[in-house]
This record gives sequence, structure tokens and C-alpha cells, in this order.
Amino acid sequence: MAELSSTLLYIAFILYLIGTFFFGGSIRDKRGKDEKTNRWARLGIAAAILGFLSQLGYFVTRWIAAGHAPVSNLFEFTTFFGMMLVGAFIIIYFIYKLSALGLFTLPVALLLIAYASMFPTEISPLIPALQSDWLKIHVTTAAAGQAILAISFVAGVLYLTKVVDQSKATKKTFWLEFVMFVLVTTLAFVIVTTVFRAMDYESVFKWIDKNGQEAEMEFHLPALVAPHEGELLTKDRLAGFVELPAILSARKVNTVLWSTFVGLILYGVIRLILRKRISAALQPLVKNLNLDVVDEIGYRSVAIGFPVFTLGALIFAMIWAQIAWTRFWGWDPKEVWALITWLFYAAYLHLRLSRGWHGEKSAWLAVIGFAIIMFNLIFVNLVIAGLHSYA
Amino acid sequence: MNHVKCECGHVNPFGTVLCENCGRALAAEGEGNSEKLHDMRYDGSARRSQTYNKTIVDKVWNFFSSVKVGVWLIVITLIASAIGTIFPQELYIPSNVTPEQFYKDEYGILGQLYYQLGFHRLYGSWWYMTLIASIGISLVICSLDRVIPLYRALKNQGVSRHESFLKRQRLFSESYVDNIEKNVEQVKKNLTARRYRIREENGNILAEKNRFSRWGPYVNHIGLIIFLIGAMLRFFPGMYVDEVLWLREGETKEIPGTNGEYYLKHHQFILETYQKEKEKDVFQEAIDRVGDGSVAKNFQSNVTLYKKQGDSLPGEEPKLKEVKDFSIRVNEPLKFDSYAVYQVNYKLNELNKMTFDLIDKKSGKSFGKVVIDLLNPEKKYDLGNGYAVEIASYLPDFYFDDEGNPATRSRVPNNPAFVFKMIAPDRPKGETSFVAIQQTIEPNENNKYKMKFSGIETKNLTGLVVRKDLTLWVLGVGGAIFMIGLIQGLYWQHRRIWLKADNGKIMLAGHTNKNWFGLKNELDIILRDTEIQKPVDQKQLKE
Amino acid sequence: MKKRRLITRSIILVILLGALGYTLYSNFFMSKEKVKVGSAAPDFVLTDLEGKKHQFSDYRGKGVFLNFWGTWCKPCEREMPYIERQYQHYKNLGVEVLAVNVGESKLVVEKFAEKYGLNFPIVIDKNQQVLHAYDVDPLPTTFLIDKNGKVVKIITAPMTEREVRDYMEMIKP
Repeated sequence: MAELSSTLLYIAFILYLIGTFFFGGSIRDKRGKDEKTNRWARLGIAAAILGFLSQLGYFVTRWIAAGHAPVSNLFEFTTFFGMMLVGAFIIIYFIYKLSALGLFTLPVALLLIAYASMFPTEISPLIPALQSDWLKIHVTTAAAGQAILAISFVAGVLYLTKVVDQSKATKKTFWLEFVMFVLVTTLAFVIVTTVFRAMDYESVFKWIDKNGQEAEMEFHLPALVAPHEGELLTKDRLAGFVELPAILSARKVNTVLWSTFVGLILYGVIRLILRKRISAALQPLVKNLNLDVVDEIGYRSVAIGFPVFTLGALIFAMIWAQIAWTRFWGWDPKEVWALITWLFYAAYLHLRLSRGWHGEKSAWLAVIGFAIIMFNLIFVNLVIAGLHSYA
Repeated sequence: MNHVKCECGHVNPFGTVLCENCGRALAAEGEGNSEKLHDMRYDGSARRSQTYNKTIVDKVWNFFSSVKVGVWLIVITLIASAIGTIFPQELYIPSNVTPEQFYKDEYGILGQLYYQLGFHRLYGSWWYMTLIASIGISLVICSLDRVIPLYRALKNQGVSRHESFLKRQRLFSESYVDNIEKNVEQVKKNLTARRYRIREENGNILAEKNRFSRWGPYVNHIGLIIFLIGAMLRFFPGMYVDEVLWLREGETKEIPGTNGEYYLKHHQFILETYQKEKEKDVFQEAIDRVGDGSVAKNFQSNVTLYKKQGDSLPGEEPKLKEVKDFSIRVNEPLKFDSYAVYQVNYKLNELNKMTFDLIDKKSGKSFGKVVIDLLNPEKKYDLGNGYAVEIASYLPDFYFDDEGNPATRSRVPNNPAFVFKMIAPDRPKGETSFVAIQQTIEPNENNKYKMKFSGIETKNLTGLVVRKDLTLWVLGVGGAIFMIGLIQGLYWQHRRIWLKADNGKIMLAGHTNKNWFGLKNELDIILRDTEIQKPVDQKQLKE
Repeated sequence: MKKRRLITRSIILVILLGALGYTLYSNFFMSKEKVKVGSAAPDFVLTDLEGKKHQFSDYRGKGVFLNFWGTWCKPCEREMPYIERQYQHYKNLGVEVLAVNVGESKLVVEKFAEKYGLNFPIVIDKNQQVLHAYDVDPLPTTFLIDKNGKVVKIITAPMTEREVRDYMEMIKP
């Protein structure tokens, strides 16, 4: 069952990849100006739906195999997030029939799933705090809410790609390009981790932690930086060029460095090939876009996602916290960042409804909102220690 | 007060932008500029706060009435909340170091600054609480200032609107048709089928649906205010209990926070871990990665709850009546009255009893066993035949204090030490020896007898948290109303369609507070089988 | 009309700001102790080292110096001789000392009393019921109770001998 589950996830991944190309083709297809008759778009959405079903199969089989909802660690949560993102996209596609949305959403989902796979993927038993029906209720609703909100990010990027003037370098082009760079860096992280994993790279350091205790640290990427008073124990491995202070986790810093370096190289190569900014290269793909519709998709996904997010990430979270942790709210970093996300989208809605922040302003806000969600998913889990550090 | 009289004869409150009745532009702003679209927020009604600005009360009121201020408050709260997560809050730092020391040692100069600025207690600080309360005040005042005029505007809205009002709606069309009546009838039929409420006046039509969605924001704000009131109630005495209770196996204690009403007996603490051989195959890999037996599976305290019968003073042995047996587990608290007792902590294998043999150092012959209850040691243990052991001094948690004297750190037997006086027929005055774990010190190294350590008994402790929170239902009601308001406001749209027919011309305008795409699609259905032109999106034309 | 609006606004603002004010006040300035200065000290019954029962209400008419302590607590240990010396003087003036040990073993408490030659009654709060009733947090904590059974002062810091004397003076009937 567990093997079947992994296979289905793999198939879903491939299908999303194929779907991306189909959606790309549908925009390039000169004949298909009318979306309804565009064959490529139909193939694209078919691939997305099949992929979604396949991933749903992964989810169900993994649930059966584990005996609990597979949303209990970073890998499971992030893949589920990706699945919900595709699900939300499919629904929105059938309302608005926008191929460009597929072209931009599926890669984000692909990146999420690939990123998730870099973490331990095996099925693990539940610790006592997670043994509750609220696990599936809270986590799935929260993920669904975040995924629907993420659609507004994709819509925002679409909007900005079209409206930002690429003929000269401005703050706007810089930040839009920065978004592209972050996406490339995520890809770089996946590539680097996969390559060295395939090589079975491992080096072990002896080091002194912040409590003055001697400890061992395993690296799965060549060490560019060494831990505090680190001493390489494995033969013929990179020993690191700089030694870090004890409060920083050398392994995490090393991973960030590798991702950034490879990301920069990858980005440089892409720029060399394209001979312009990535966002400028993407611009022709969105030139036929109706900005009003894109803006409305962004707004509607926030309007639909905000209540779901509130329910899952705050209300259900509070109910469960009252049961498991004795108090409904304890200012744990993850809780605080859920509150921050909520406050941010509340501000988004107020700015939009009462102060008329439509179009481009709204699109930028959607990008920032997604950055906050990702920060909560990645940074808060991995760096800020708290009760939610399950991965 | 200045009222504004519209050309149509309707008298509007001061500050109204669009006539409540006919929709003519009243402010100079739009006059004559027929290309500009009407701003339909709050339906062009006069927001109260903007019409006055006189006394200090009005100034304060106007400050909080501004959505701009509200958004700023949200943004400031957001940033402040984020700052609180940079380093852990005081609540989550280890309790064996002082906060000042912790932030300095752990995070250096930045940590020190963090501590000095009081960010280690950010969420309980007066200014953070004031921020949240300001958002609450802003919620109340913003809502009041908007909901009343909006309600008025929607209630007073006229059916016949002026041509200029229709023309300046985002969706508008003008069609010349042969048979006005037939077309209007068909539209009405279609509108009814789409569940629009239709009002008619001199051949003008106003069709409207889902007006209730306009109240969504105000409903959710009421929910939020109730939630904040609930959060505030916590500070009233008696609403909230948060106590810690540590119990050894076999111990019965008063449950703190219950005013001596309830007692709890702890029978057994159970800690289970995931064992490789016992778990499903799919878990093997995960268990291997983190180590066999290192992932907890269950924390459980088997307890019995008692209720005190009759009156007894603190210190007196209370009469207890058994209420129920229960196994407290994580996620499964023991609930009674308005209290809940949670499993949160444990301590395994605390020393409970120590056994020593009184022996002759040379021959090793034992003269008897002494079992010392470390929580309640006896003064003297008589071994018969003239042999006895007295405890001259007992230090349950032994260490050497600053002056180098043996002392105890606490009353918990973490590291027990004794000064024994060993009495034997041939040593009637007794020999003294200091015995701690793995060490024996004799005053002059020539004792004949020795207390030889022979065994220990341990007990587990469970760490429970006792909670009572009478504010929960208020928070629940607030949360529920908030959700209802959100869904009401965000999942439905208030749609209106105006139709004006004269001189062989039908003018049609549509408005919605969001989801224009949906309204446009709906208009396709509404205009089916008619000759009326599909309205044009005048906003898109501009671009 | 204008006036009515001003009044409505003023009332709403007063309610809102009042709620904020009360929350801040109760959180930062109001004492959360169960037993407050001025309130009646809760009654209790505890047994001393000799096996004699002491009911607190029997001390009505006398000032009571109620000290919560533990043998491991260094400041408690330091102030015990001061209390003993002042007790010798004030016991004839109607001031009683009641030292409540927070539930250690009898042996330990006895050895401690022997070591410092303490003569005032020492009672052991075996199940910490009295500790809960008085909501004692740090050790030592001393409650000064007047002849009417009212709490006059709560001291949660270690005391000097001079302070001990002043406090006993304070509750002298």
C-alpha cells in the first residue's frame, strides 16, 4: 500500500509537469484564441485533473497504510498543500477558463511537492499530541485555506507580469524578478539535494554546541561552512571554508548557501539563454490576459480562502489547542504567524473594500501574503523552535 | 443641520454623495463628468464621521472611524506580533535560568536588547494589549459609522433612478427595441427565475438579491467584538484557573484552584514508546531513523477523582467521596464541573525508598535491613538484639552550599544523604557516618559498622495542569458569529439591476459589490430571449 | 440632534476606553492573591511537632505572625533565629508565631527546629492545603494578622531582625 502510494504521487508529479507544458502550448497556440475550443488547454486541464486524482489516490492509500491522515509532518503537509492548490485551481479554471493560470499554478504545485520530498518521506507513527481527530480536521482545513489564498498569489504574479513595464529597470521589475529568483532558488535546492542524495554524499563533523557539549553533525551536502570548532571525521570530504558560531546550525546555513549559490548560477544561465529578465520573457505569455478577470480571480480566491483559513488555522486550531495543550492560545510562533497571516489578509480585504486598492496594488499584496504563508510553512517550522516543529 | 435637497425632491442627510432616492450625484465631484463611474461604496451615503469635526469627542471618534487608521492598527499589530517570534517568549525558555541570563547567553547582544526592550513578554505588555483593544474600538466605531448610513441608503433607495445614475454604473447598456413591454416582461420573468426581488415604479424596475450579504462585515465585526470581550473577561477574578499539580504514584492531593473541593489520587503513570517489533511494517523505517523506542506513543496517568464531603478546614483530613476513575492522556483531559485536568509532564523513577544493611565492615555480616521512606523517614530504626540505626540528619537533595556545608536544594529526594548513628551492643553510644549516593564519609575512619546500600524503590510522578476557563463559551459564540458574518459577506454578493424604459429605449444598469464576472454571466441568462443589449463593462472600456 | 450625537458618542467612547482601562488595570495593578491585605485570613487546623492541634481561629484576640517556610530555603533559614528572638519578647505581649512548614518530613523539620532551638509552634502542612488556601508562592512568605483575624500585611521577601520586630509591633493587640 505504501509503495502504491508513493507511485501515485510520482505519477501525479509527472502529470502536473505534462499539464504545465500543455497550458504553455495553449497560450502559444495562435488558433486557439477562443479558450473553449483550445485543444491544448483541454489537454492541460485533463492532465491537471488526472494528476489531482492520482495525488488523491496517494493521499487515500497513504492514509490507509498509516492509519491516520497523512498530514502529520512537513513532507505530508506540504504535498497536501500542493494538492489543495491544484484542486483550487481546477475549480477556478472551470469558472474562469484561464489557461495562463494553469501555466503558473502547476509549476508552483510542482515546486511544493518537490520541495516536500526533500524532507523525510517515510510514514511515521503519531506522537501523543497528534493522536486526535482534530489532526485531520485542523490541518486539512488550514492547508485548504492556505492553498486557496495561494491562488491569489498566482493571479497576482500573472497580473504583475503583464502590467509591470519591462522596458526599464525599476523597483517593480526588481521585486517581480526577485519572486522569480526565489522560485528558481527553490528549484536549485531540490536539484542540489537530489544530486547529492543520489551520490549518497555524507560527511560527519565533531563540533561543540552552544551548551559547550561535544556533538556530531551529519552533512548531506558538501560543507561550505563548518560547525563551531568543527572537526571533519569523514575522509576525503570538504571541510568547510568558514567556521560558524555555535548558535547557528551549520547544516541549515550550509543548505541555504548551496541553494543560493546554485540558484544564482541557475538564474544566471537562464538569463544568459533568455537575454532578458525571466518576468520579461514570460510577458508575451500573458499579453492576451484580461486584467480585470485576473484581478477578480485574485480577489475571489482571497474572499473564498479567508473564511476557510480562519476556520482551519485559527478556530479549529484553538479548539484543538484547548484540548491538547490546555489553552486555546499560547503565543507559539506558529500560532502567531497564523495570526499574522490572518491579519494580513484582513488588511488586504479592508484596503480593497474601503480604500479601493484594486489591480496592481492588490496583486503586490497577494504576493506578500503568499510570502507570509511560505514563511510560516518553512521558516517557522525549521528555524524558530516551537510546539509545531514536527518535521 | 444642513440637509441636501435633490432635484427629485428627496431630502438627503448632509454629506450624501448620491441621492438616496434617485441616485443623482449631489456632490460637485461628479457633476457634468459623465465618463466617470460612480463610487458605490456604502452606496454613496454620508458616513457620519466625515460630516462633523468639532469637539474632542468627535475628533477621537473620527480617528477611530477611519478605515485607514484601522488598517494601520492591523499592520502595526502584525509587525509587533512578528517581532515577538524572533526569539522565544519568556514562557518558553527553560525555567532554571533567569530570563536576563538566558537571552544574553543564548542570543548575545541582540538577545540582551530584546530582553531590555521587554519583547520577551511582548504579548502581555500594556502596549500590545492597547493595540488589540484599539483594533476593537476601531471595529465598533467603524462599523457603527458605516452600517447605519448604509442601512438607511439601502432602505430608502428609490426604484426610479436618474439617467445619470444608470449611465455611470460599471455595467450599462442602452437598447432601442420595438416592443418595450414584451421585453420588460421577459426580463422580469428571467429575474424572478434568478430569485431577484423586483420593485416597480412608473415602468422602472429595481431588481435586487442577496442584500443580506452587505451586513456580513458588520456581523463578523460583532463576532470579533464578542471574542475580544471574552478575552477581556479572563481578567475578572474567578473566571480563570491555571494551576500545576504534581502527583507521585499513590499520592492523593487537593486539586489546586478548586478551593479544596476536589482531590485527585494518582495510581500509575504510563509512558509507552513505539517499539519496532510491535508496530506496523510501514512505521519501521521511521522508527529506525529516529531510533527504536525514542518516539513517545502514550503519556497516561490513571487517577481517581474525589469530591470533598462536608466542611473541613484546610489541614484537616477531609472526607472524600469517589467521583470517577479516569485515565488522563494527552488530548483526553479529565473533565468535571467547569474544570479540566491535562496530562502535560512527567518525571520517571524518582527515588522513593532506600534500603541499607547494617554490616560489620570486616566480616560483612548483616545485622538487619533498614528501609527508609525518603519522603517520611523515621527517626530511629530498631533492628533488635541491641542493634539500631538513628538518622541524625537527612538531606533529601544534597549538595555543598557556598560555605561548603552539606545542605539540601529542595525537599525532593533527588540526591538523598544521611548522617546515620549506628548503635550496636558493643557501641552503645553509636558510630556516626555520613552516607550519600556512592559515598560514605566517616568522622575518623575507624568505624566498626557500616550502612551498606542494598537497593532502591522508585516512583513515577505525573505533571498535570488544572484549568478552568469560564470565558470559553463567550469566545465560542464570538467565533461562531464571526464565521457566519465572514461567510455571509464573502460567499454571497449583493446584486442590483436597474431598468429604465422610455421613448422606445431601455436602459439597463447592474451593480454588485463583488464578483462582476458572476454578474455578467448572470446577465446573459437574465437577458435571454430579449432584444436588450448585453451591458458593457465601462471599467474595461477605460483601459 | 447634534447634542444627542455627542452624548451617544461620548458614552460609547467611555465604555470602550473604560473596558480597556479596566483590563490593563486588573492585569497589571490588581493583586491576584486569594488572601489580600484587609481580608479575613482563612481558618485552618494543623498539627505541630508535639502532636498538638492548632486551629487558627483559636488565636482570635492575638496578633499572629504566620510564616510559611521550608528547611531548604536559605532566606527562611536565615530569618528563623530573628523570629525566635523576637518571639521570646512579643509572646508576652499577645503576639503568636505560627510557622507553617510546606510539607516536609517530620524528621527534617524536627532536626531543623532542634538545630536553631525554635520554641514557637511549628506545624507541618502535609498536603499543602493551607498553602493553597493562602496561595503562597515564594518562600518565605509571612502574613501579619491582627487580633480580629484580618490580614494586615503580606511579606514575600526575606526579613531582617529589625523588620521582624517592627512587624510584630504592628500586630501587637
